[in-house]
This record gives sequence, C-alpha cells and structure tokens, in this order.
Amino acid sequence: MSDTAVAPAKEKATFRENGGVRGWFGRQPAWVRWAVMLLFAVLAFLLPYAGDIPVIGPQITTEGIDWPSALFNMSYYVLLALGLNVVVGYAGLLDLGYVGFFAIGAYGTALLTSPDSVLYSHTGWAWLGAAPVALAATMLAGLILGYPTLRLRGDYLAIVTLGFAEIIRIVATNTTTFRGDRGFTNVPHPPGSSGGKPIFGVTDATPYFWLGLVVIILVIFGVRNLDRSRVGRSWLAIREDEEAAEIMGVRTTKFKLWAFSVGAFIGGLGGVLFAGEQGFINSSTFVLQFSILVLAGVVMGGSGNMAGAILGGALISYIPDRLRGISLGGTDLYEYRFAMFGAVIIAIMIVRPQGLIPSRRRAMELKDREKEVAPL
Amino acid sequence: MLLELDNISLAYGRIQALHGISLTVGQGEIVALIGANGAGKSTTMRAISGLRPVSQGSIKFDGKDITRLRADLRVVRGVSQSPEGRGIFPGMSVRENLEMGAYTRRVRAEIDEDLERVFGLFPRMKEREKQSGGTLSGGEQQMLAVGRALMSRPKLLLLDEPSMGLAPMLIQQIFDIIVEINQQGTTILLVEQNAQQALSRAHRAYVLETGRIVKAGTGAELLHDPAVKDAYLGVA
Repeated sequence: MSDTAVAPAKEKATFRENGGVRGWFGRQPAWVRWAVMLLFAVLAFLLPYAGDIPVIGPQITTEGIDWPSALFNMSYYVLLALGLNVVVGYAGLLDLGYVGFFAIGAYGTALLTSPDSVLYSHTGWAWLGAAPVALAATMLAGLILGYPTLRLRGDYLAIVTLGFAEIIRIVATNTTTFRGDRGFTNVPHPPGSSGGKPIFGVTDATPYFWLGLVVIILVIFGVRNLDRSRVGRSWLAIREDEEAAEIMGVRTTKFKLWAFSVGAFIGGLGGVLFAGEQGFINSSTFVLQFSILVLAGVVMGGSGNMAGAILGGALISYIPDRLRGISLGGTDLYEYRFAMFGAVIIAIMIVRPQGLIPSRRRAMELKDREKEVAPL
Repeated sequence: MLLELDNISLAYGRIQALHGISLTVGQGEIVALIGANGAGKSTTMRAISGLRPVSQGSIKFDGKDITRLRADLRVVRGVSQSPEGRGIFPGMSVRENLEMGAYTRRVRAEIDEDLERVFGLFPRMKEREKQSGGTLSGGEQQMLAVGRALMSRPKLLLLDEPSMGLAPMLIQQIFDIIVEINQQGTTILLVEQNAQQALSRAHRAYVLETGRIVKAGTGAELLHDPAVKDAYLGVA
C-alpha cells in the first residue's frame, strides 16, 4: 500500500562491464598497481622452485627437460615475443622472418667469442664485450631489412621478411665463416662468480633464467615508455591507417624503421642470451618454424598487448616442453607437439580471436576491418 | 595565390591519372573540384598533400615550391587533408583522433584552444569524446575527419568528398560547417561528386574530366552552365 514511487532500480554494472580485471587494475592507485607488478615479478623469480609446491608443483614442472632449462627457454621466447610484438603488434608490420634477428644476435656473439671463429684471436672476447657489438649488428640488420621494404605492406612484407630470415639461415649453413651445421663451440658464458665458482655454469640453468627475467623486465619498461611516447602514438597511427598517419604529419618511414630496429634489438638480445647459455650454436637452430612459432605466440597472447605477448611467448615454449617425456601408448607426446600445438592455436582462435589478453584497440580495428569486408 | 598547381601530371604505374593540371586557390577562397568517378579528383588531392609523387609539373604553396617536399613537412607548412572515405583511426577515441590531427604542433594551450573550437563546430564530437572512432556513424566519422584536419591549424584545408555516403540532412549540415570554417579564415579546396552543393557554396570551381581540367569559373557560372548542368547536375 505504500505510495512511494518505485525508485528506478539502480543498475549495478557487473564486474565485466566495468572492464573486468583490466578495468579494475586501471582504477587502482599507482602504488597498488606497482605492488601487483612487483608481486608478479617476485613470483616469476621464484618459478625455479615451483616444483617444491606440494601436490600441484610436479604438475607444473616439466619431465623430459629439467625445469630450469625449460624456464630459460621460456624466457628467451618471451623476449622474442615482446620484440615481435613491437613490429607486428604496435607498428602493424607483418614480419615472418623474426628468427633472423635472433640468429644475428647469436652469431654475432659466437663470431666474436668462439675459438672456432675466424675472428678469434688468442684472447677472445668476453660474452659481455661481444653483446653490445652483436646488438648493434642486429639493429643495423633491422634497418637493412626495413629500408627496402618501407613501401611494402601486409602479405608482400611478410614474404620479403621470410626471405630475409631464410637468406641468413642459408648463408650460415653454406659458408665456412659461419660454419654451417658444425657450428661454434665454447661460446663463453656471462661473467660473474660467487664463492670461487662461476655463477653461470653448465649444470644449472636457473641463473640464466634469472638473467633472462632481468632483461625481460628492462625490455618491458623500455617498450612501455616508447609506447607511451610520441613514437608509440606514431606506430599506432601507422598501424591503424598508414595514409591517414602521413596526412597527420607522421613521418611514416622513420617510425617504421624505428619499429624494425627496436624489434631487431630485442630479438638480438634473445640471441645473445641464447648463445651465452648454450655455449654452442649452429645453423639448424634458426629455422623458419621458429619465426612462425613466435608469431603464433604473439597472436595467441594478444597482438599489441605486452601482457598478451608475454603470456603467448611463455606458452609456445612451455607447452612443447611440458609434453616432453610423457609417453602415451609407447610414443612420446613430444613427437606430436606441433599437432597438439596447432589444435591449441585453432581452439584459441575460435574462442578468442583477438588473443588471450587482447588489446582493446586491436579489437576495435579488427571490427572496423570486418565492416569493410562484409559487403563482399 | 596560396596554392598554385602548374601543369601537374601523375601516373599510377602505366596508368596516367592526371594530364597536366593547372589550378589556383587564392587566400580565403572555397574552391571546388567536381567531376565524375575516376576523373582524377582524389588523385589531385593526393598530389597536393604529398601522398603521391608527381611525374611532371610544379606545386607552389604560400609562395614556395613544395613539389618534392615530404608529406609530413607539408602538414607543417599548413596543408591539411580530410581523406576520402574518412580515414579516421578506428581504435583511437574521438579525442585521440583529434589530438592526432595536432601531431605536428607543440604548444599545449593552442591545441586545447583548437580542441574547443572543433567541439564548438561539432558538438556531437564533444559528446562522443571518449568513444572509439570505429564505433561512430558515417556522418560522425565525417565530422571527426574534418575536425581532425582542422587540428593542425591549416592554411589550406583539403576536403575529399565530405558528403560521401551521408543523408541529405547531414550533407546540408556539413556544407554549412564548411562555409563557417572558411569564414573563420581557412582556405578550402573541396573535391565533390555532389556538384549542386559544391558549386553553390564555392567561390570558384574547376571541372575535371579524365585527368584534365575542362572548365573553370565561379561557382554560380558553372551552376548555370548548360554542359555542367547536363553532365553533373542531373537536369537538362
């Protein structure tokens, strides 16, 4: 009997409508965000001990490959995914030859340090001394690949970059200087010792993983700063509409070269780390599959989003390694890794075509492109 | 003259799109370029904004030769284009799109001033400030494209088919705004298929046919020219 007007039910927006986890994260004060990120970093550094967690620990760790090595593999895949994300995700340049930069980083290091190298003098370079030279070489390679391909787009660019990586692999396979399959041995490890023993040894990969993590964190901050600067804004404009970007006054050639060389630099970092950990590299490491795999990681994780690239990069390394050593009916599941991998990617692309942790802008761009295609 | 095109030719590969075009745009004018599909209207715009290199002829802007100048530097000099098919950035918000228009500028206070000006011209943009460009309707996207082109504070505004795909009401509205922008002091070169509107609003106009200018005159002259009427205005 009450005559009070029915107050309009105040619509309480659901968690999802408020932007889900990301929306929540964005609304937190700076210190909370930093604390969350710090927590993630600490957890990442503790990953080598994941096997000690009761019950679930052994489910997480790998069987066919020792856990620290698997973690190190993940770290350089994540690095590569972060680098490729700059090229593909930010600037929108489809690069299918990303392994080329990884190779140049690794070969640059090996050429300067390995006793097998023609450049080897009696002293040899230390790993740390070779790293900047190798990185400079990869950045230069990025510019060399970038410059002639500036006017190419989409599929055409993809084919040329693919060719670029194949040229590097074939040159490495067939020239005496690069030693083909025999490869370079005794590439020195990173420096440092504690208690008379070198930190970076051959038995335990944990320190390499930590080193990889440190590099990843530095790269994340570097890329984040770039993304929020004028450079990032220019990449975004180029990706969304290159011609419109040019009309706005964006010097598109310059920023595309920037993307290529930043991407190359990060890929090179992966290669330098890889050579330092393995101590041995040869040409059969740098196959086309590698580029495709990293690209799959970026797309799967969420192109254009760093968190997505990190997750994707980690998964493309983790899934196959986790399958190693598990046998089903007498065959090692590892043998089926690419088949299973393909199935996983297809499943993700059906369920979440914009990637596991998508970039909101990219999702909008995809929709916009669909509109263009729809009338056909 | 603010803009002078002298004998411009341009080719896409082997296809010659422009055959020696000469035209001028004076300070404070609205000049319209009308013609059928494929006549070379948009190509002329692309030559002026620097998106395509010309194979012959010269372009002078504000007294200086800009024939070989890079597109991004032409923006700095004061040429701004609202491209055909709008070309807005779909993943950027309305505000970010407008900020992109001010890419070449540095003084924050001036940029904010121009943002207010654009919001004044297009109140709808203010309402949609935070919305992604890709979610806007066709008419809104057109307004955004024009507004964005204004954000560089251009001396010359190039408008490529501002009425394309718009409802008749909106066409009226967008042309009203074009005249308003011109009265505020911006020179405008306008490419249009809607010859009726373009000719009645422009001070002067050129008629383009297969890459050549076939007629020039004041808007009123061309509006009453029998040949133009027949070909472009749909009345005998």
